[in-house]
This record gives sequence, structure tokens and C-alpha cells, in this order.
Amino acid sequence: MSPDTETAKEATERPSSRYLNQRAKERPSVSLDTVKYATDTPDVEQPWAELGLKQDEYERIRAILGRRPTGAELAMYSVMWSEHCSYKSSKVHLKQFGEKAPENDALLVGIGENAGVVDVGQGYAVTFKVESHNHPSYIEPYQGAATGVGGIVRDILAMGARPVAVMDPLRFGAADHPDTKRVLPGVVAGIGGYGNCLGLPNIGGEVVFDPCYQGNPLVNALCVGVMKHEDIHLAKASGTGNKVILYGARTGGDGIGGASILASETFDDTKPAKRPAVQVGDPFQEKLLIECTLEIFKEKLLDGIQDLGAAGLSCATSELASAGSGGMRVELDTVPLRDATLSPEEILMSESQERMCAIVEPGKVDRFLEICEKWDVIATVIGEVTDGERLEIYWHGEQIVDVPPRTVAHEGPVYERPYARPEWQDTLQADDADKLPRPQTGAELKEQVLKLVGSPNQASKAWITDQYDRFVQGNTVLAQPEDSGMVRIDPNTNLGVAVATDGNGRYTKLDPYTGAQLALAEAYRNVAASGARPLAISDCLNFGSPEDPAVMWQFAEATRGLADACQRLGTPVTGGNVSLYNQTGETGIHPTPVVAVLGVIDDFNRRTPIAFAEEGRLLYLLGDTKEEFGGSAWSQVIHDHLGGMPPQVDLGRERLLGEILTSASRDGMIEAAHDLSDGGLVQAVTESSLRGGNGARLVVPDGLDAFTFLFSESAGRAVVAVPPSEELRFTDMCGARDLPATRIGVVDGDVVEVQGEFSVSLGELRAAHEATIPGLFV
Amino acid sequence: MTSRIGVITFPGTLDDRDTLRAVRIAGAEPIPLWHHDKGLKQVDAVVLPGGFSYGDYLRAGAISRFSPVMESVIEQAKAGMPVLGICNGFQVLTETHLLPGAMLRNNHLHFICRDQKLRVENADTAWTTDYEPGQEISVPLKSIDGRYVANERVLDELEAEGRIAFRYLDGNPNGSLRDIAGITNTAGNVVGLMPHPEHAVEPLIGTGRTDGLAFFTSILKKLANA
Repeated sequence: MSPDTETAKEATERPSSRYLNQRAKERPSVSLDTVKYATDTPDVEQPWAELGLKQDEYERIRAILGRRPTGAELAMYSVMWSEHCSYKSSKVHLKQFGEKAPENDALLVGIGENAGVVDVGQGYAVTFKVESHNHPSYIEPYQGAATGVGGIVRDILAMGARPVAVMDPLRFGAADHPDTKRVLPGVVAGIGGYGNCLGLPNIGGEVVFDPCYQGNPLVNALCVGVMKHEDIHLAKASGTGNKVILYGARTGGDGIGGASILASETFDDTKPAKRPAVQVGDPFQEKLLIECTLEIFKEKLLDGIQDLGAAGLSCATSELASAGSGGMRVELDTVPLRDATLSPEEILMSESQERMCAIVEPGKVDRFLEICEKWDVIATVIGEVTDGERLEIYWHGEQIVDVPPRTVAHEGPVYERPYARPEWQDTLQADDADKLPRPQTGAELKEQVLKLVGSPNQASKAWITDQYDRFVQGNTVLAQPEDSGMVRIDPNTNLGVAVATDGNGRYTKLDPYTGAQLALAEAYRNVAASGARPLAISDCLNFGSPEDPAVMWQFAEATRGLADACQRLGTPVTGGNVSLYNQTGETGIHPTPVVAVLGVIDDFNRRTPIAFAEEGRLLYLLGDTKEEFGGSAWSQVIHDHLGGMPPQVDLGRERLLGEILTSASRDGMIEAAHDLSDGGLVQAVTESSLRGGNGARLVVPDGLDAFTFLFSESAGRAVVAVPPSEELRFTDMCGARDLPATRIGVVDGDVVEVQGEFSVSLGELRAAHEATIPGLFV
Repeated sequence: MTSRIGVITFPGTLDDRDTLRAVRIAGAEPIPLWHHDKGLKQVDAVVLPGGFSYGDYLRAGAISRFSPVMESVIEQAKAGMPVLGICNGFQVLTETHLLPGAMLRNNHLHFICRDQKLRVENADTAWTTDYEPGQEISVPLKSIDGRYVANERVLDELEAEGRIAFRYLDGNPNGSLRDIAGITNTAGNVVGLMPHPEHAVEPLIGTGRTDGLAFFTSILKKLANA
């Protein structure tokens, strides 16, 4: 579970975290709020409201326990029942992902675990997940982004997998805004500083700028891991007498107030908060933790495992106990600390990074500890699985927590938040992009092409991605700026997996249902364009405040759209993350569902790159091009306009296109393929030409005008480069399957020429495309 | 019997498995070595791979240099055993003074990962005989502390003795003095470089080129003829 939270931003400003230091001073306290003391003092005032709990939620806790909660219990409930950990606003909508899930034999582990697991054949299983670290990354860009990588990597590791790649879908405010110059370089350095040190290739992602993200940048992080089927591990504690081992970094005061806020009735607010709400990462420790854990997996020493992320030990202990059979007893004072003055509540709440919690049979504990020692990883037996049904936590022999773990971890509140289509939606959709003035001459077309490919969103992101190691592990087949990132997973059989992430907040703002489907369609298309067969998805749903009915409507529509589309495409949701409250004052971000699609390729030698590497290859445009400019890059770059309807989605067509692209790759009929999305055909041709170092001569097909041909963002399309020897075979296949394939030109020379309209040299295109980002951030 | 080439894993080493793979692809027997090992398991040559050993805390390579295994490496390198340091391994070799100079943070202060063009300036070292002198190759570069520095006297000496093994081409990526990408000791058995030949040994993987493989075939030939 990620340490991100919608409450993080508020938490830093809230008075309650100020109580921490005061509490620490009092320890060891005669007034330790034990279960016994809580039973004897039912009328003590408790700061439930400051902790973000509603009155009825607090009453429910009292009803569950049959007494008032102790300070430690209240702290645990408050954080575990927070929006971030309990999904209380989103749950009712997310359940569609299960209800509408397509029949799919590949799904080995579904929603609810640390990450979903997919069968990719040959005995291999792949786990992947994308999640958010949005708020911390705005407060402290470097550490926020760094620990976002760390958190998702531990999620993947906890499934039993070796992490093999990461990706980062990012959204920032306006590219030329002064604060973007603070946030972006910090985020990029954090991702690089942490990820590079872990030895995980960063193989893709996105960077998008829009003023709507100015106060709420989105820092999403994805990790992919690989294991054999028999190595899948789950987060559960079973087997009476089994030991609970906490291993990894010592627990410190960092990250308290990150996912939530801390409480005890003895706190007061006489001292200012000193502890940062954002966690501080140590990638070296995480690298040791990865290698150590993989060795522990190899020797099959585990009964259950959970990483520590949001809500720290509160989350790990309650989730492990809740998912298993029996109860758990923890001696909290045995937890190794970085700061000896931490109170039990703080220890329970700390979100210190690089920690894992394992359930180990007594006979295997010695070997477990030996492996940890080899890797210089601190490991401590902090408790054991009991035959009871309670999670009991002790502090120097005194019981401070005694709860049914399910009520903490899995039976939190569920809200049916009101939602309503906002009134402005009609106005927005009526503001049609079709009425925007279009270029009239070849010279105007050329000018707008250069403007488009050099705009911050469409420009090369190499300055950013060159700060990430994409080669480490020696298995990278494709990495950015390719359509998908692809890694080899078996050198003997050449089995590989591909992942692409996409999301378009502008489309989703215009029509949340369609926008979410377009995000999935694009990622699906990207995976297929690189030659892989799409299997399953993970999503990160970034939205504004759920307390705003308009935002909740966007959320409801987007999840409905995504669930419907997953059903049609046969790609189940394996897991993901919801990030709400991406909102500053009244202004929410564009609704931004980010979708990651995972695909498999049986032989990576058959992968399809985007580069126009050879002259003389014939260019075919697959799919139908319509006049679709609502939410387009053209409308944004040329007219700073957002209105109308996004491109239509035809999921049957997407599926067919995907099948054609993977078949053509497998049978060697195409040498390059690039999906068409934001920026349209001209963006794709520019990228493929620059990547391959060859130009293209293009002819506007019959029935289309040059402008629509170049800039339309109709979905379900790709451009492919076909060797002349394969042309007949390829067009026959498209014809037989009823996929429109239009010959639009040939790879040739060092200019991109649109016959009868204009011609632009690769040098000019390169200058426009590659200078923008360094110009803004160097 | 084929040669045994050891690859050391320090805590925080990242490219050990890649380097073991490159050794195997070249036809040698890869031998994993652990930083706590006292001996070198009778290997014929040693590679110190890339990564962030000990998190590069304090200074890149500064802590690894004191690992138990490094005592044996230093001793045997001085006796003529071939040693290759890649990236972090190069930093460790300068910390041990098996190679002169030091690595500072890149002049632009950012990590840089790119396919880097190099010129092979010395094709007579234990690790470069399968290259032609002056040959241009491309291998990945990925580092943040890659700026090679030494005083003028040392630099002149390196130039005069032909001990600059590799130079950056098409733009100096990090501000290294005299475009130095890699150097060798006087005897030619110890070589260190910042770019990563082990990431360029298989078609379609990484850069898709195999320009780095000659490092590993060079040493294999050298050992076979020894």
C-alpha cells in the first residue's frame, strides 16, 4: 500500500501532529493509555475529530470494542479508516472491476492483494501495479517521488517477485510556471536518485503539463516483477506460534502524519511539529532489502509477507492478521528504533521506509535471521501468530491494543457519496473544437506542425528520461520513447513482457466515461504496437475531492467506462490505486485515470520498434481518420482550447487493430509501428522519423484534407512501416479482417514531406522537438 | 578448461548479474564473489561491476575499498592479475589507488544514461586486445559521478604512456578531463572505465549492439594464451 494520501497535504497543516513531541517526553508514562485504563475511564475526551474521524465512525469503534479505544487503537483506526487506506469513497464504484471482470485464465491473483498477478506462460507469473505519491511530491518533490518508487517496489517484492522494471507517469503544472521549475527537477532527481540506486531499469512512463496540475502534480509510479507460479506469496498471517518478524530499516519519526495523523487523549498542542510528514528514503537499504528478501523466498522460509507503506505497522499487522487465520500478538517495545523517544502510537503510525514484515515458522527463524545478517539487514522477532481472534499489541508488558483485526483492516466505513453531472459539462461539450480556425495553406500547416512537435507535451522527454537508468539488469528490449517498455524475462526462450501507461486528463474532463476508455485503449494499442499481446491492466485513478458531487460524478463515470472497456477488451483490472483530493481550494485537477497495460511476447526478437530505420519501407495508416479535435493537442497548442467531445472509442476496432499488429509482428510483416494518439499522425511520423534517422514522403489519402490527416486524434489507429516484399501479405491480412489500411507514403530521405503541402527537414523537426524541455529546465 | 572470471558483489552493487552474464556469453566461467570473501576462489581475473556500493555514501567507492575481498584484489592486481572496474568498479579502483585520479559529480549535476560513443585509445591492455586501436564503439553510459579528474602531471603522464584507454566522442557527457572515459595502469592488467560494456553484449538487448563483448573476449584470449 502506498504511503500517499489525500490527507497528507492537510496533515502538515493540522495541529495534531504537534502533539508528538510532547507525548514523547512523557514516556515511559504512568498514564500509558492501556486497554485496562481505557476500560476504566470510558468518559475521557478523545481527539477523534482532529484525526479525521466522523462522529459516527468514532461511535462505531466504541461499539466494536465495547469501550472507548485506547490512544493506540484510535490512531490505528483513524489511519486505516482514512480515505487512502480504506477506499471508503471509491469502494462502491471500484467493485465494478470485479463484477464486470472478463473471463481471463491468465489472472492468478486479483484485486485486494499488494498487487495482481498474471500468468504469462512457461511457468512464469508477472505482477505489476501503478500507484500514486502525489501529495508528498508536491510538498517535497525529491523525497516524495523517491519514496513513491520505493513503496511500489516493495509492493511488488511482497508478492514474491523480483522487481524487473519501473515506469513513472507524471503530470505537472504549466511547463513555464516558476513552481514547475521547483517540482519537476526535484521529482525527476528523486525518481532517478532512488530508482537508479535499486538497479531497476526505468523503461517508460509519461510527462504531461497542464495548468490544472499546478498545485497538484501527479507522481504515479509503476513496478513490474517476475516470479515462477509456485513463488507467489500472499499477505496473511496463519499458523499458531509462527513468528512475526520485522526487518529492514529501523523505525523513525519520519512520515508520521504522512498518510494520517496521530492521536492520544494525552496529547496537547503546546509544541510545534518538527517531524516531516514526508518520508525519507534510503535506496541502499531498499536494495539490500530486495536482495535479502529474494534469498529468503528462494529458501522458502515464509508463510506470509507484507511490506510497510502507508500506516506502517498499523497496516501491516492488522492486514496480515485480518487476512490469515487466528490472531496476532506483538511486543511493540521490541521494534528497533532510530529515535528512542518515539511513543508507541508513533511507532505504530511511522511510515519509515524500507521495512517489511514476515510470518515465519519457528523452525525457520534462525535461517531467516542468518540471511538478514548476511545482507546487513536488521531483523527482529516482534510477535507471533496466536490461536485467538484478536490483534493484541503490548508495550513493556502492558496491553495497549486489543482489537478484531478485520474491523481495522477490511471492514472500514463505506460511503455512497452523492454525485451529479455538473452543469458546466454541457457548456464544455458544446464548445466544439470543430469551429476553431484551421491552417489554410501549406506554410501554415508546416508552422503548426513545428509548433506542435515542439510544444512541451509533445516535445522529446529525453532530458528527463536520460536521468534514469534504462539498461540495468541487462534485459531491456524497448524503453522510452518506444510505444511500450519491454523486458526479457527468460533468456532461454526469449519470453518477454511489455508495459505501457497512458492517461489523458483533457479527454476525461470532456467526457469521463469516454476519457477513461481512451486511456485504456491507448495503452492497449501501445502494447500491441510493440508486438506484445495485452493481458491485464492496473490503474491509478487521480481525481479531485470526493466531497464535490461533480468530482464524484467524474469518478463514477470514469470507473464505469473503464470497467466496461476492460470487459470488452478482455483485460481484467488486477489492482491499482485511488488518489483523491488532488485539489487546491475549489480547483480540482482534470480527472486523470492512468491506465497501465501489461502484455506478453513469446519471442522478443519479434518486437516492433517505432523507428523508421530503413528507407523504402511503405507506410500504411491503419484505422479510420475522422474530424476529431476535441481535447486534442492541436487545440491546446494552437488555440489553448479545451471543449467539445473527445475522440470516439470503438473497442471492437481496438481489439482488431491489436490482433493485426501482434500478428504482423509475429510473422515479420512490419518493421516499425507507432500508435496514433495525442498530436495525431504528424506527431507519430515525426517521432518515428527522428528515431530512425529517415524522413517520410506522405500523400494525403482520398477523402481527407491535409489538416485532418495530420492532426486528427481519432482512436484505433496506428502507422506501420512495411517492407515491399511483405506488402501484399500484409494488406491481404488487413482486408480479410476488415481493418482499413491506407497506403500513405514511404520512408525516404531526410525530410518529412506532405505532397503538395509542405516539406520540413529532419534537422528542423529535431531542433523543434528536442530543444524545448532542456530549454525550460536546464 | 575455460578461464574463471570473478565478479564481485558489494552491498549495493547493481550490475553483477549482468556482468556474470556477459562473462558467460563470452565463453568464460563466471564466478560470483562476495565482498566478505577473504580469497578470490582461484579466479583468473576479476571484474568490479557497476552500481552504488554502500549507497555511494561518503563518496563513490570509498567504503567498498575496505571490503575484505579488496585486500586480495589489490594484492593480486599488483602481482599482475587482470582486473576490470566498470563505473562504480572504476571508482573503487581509484579509491584503492590501483588507478590514479578520482571521479567527481558530472559537471551538469544530473545522472546521465545514454548510448555513448567511445574511441579505443589503447588496444593493448588485458581487456582491449580484441579492439583495433582507434576503433569507435558505442556502449551505454549511466552515472552521476563520472567526471574523471587528476592533476595535470598525472594527466600528462597518462597521455605520454598511452594509458588513456578510452575517450568520449561526440560530446563529453560529464566534464571528464581530456575526455577520459577509461584508463589503465602501467602494466595494462588493471583497466577502469565509466561506460558499461556488459550492457552491450547481445543483439536487441539494451542498445541492441554488441560493441562491449570484446572486453570479455579479449581477456579470455589473454588468459588462454597465458
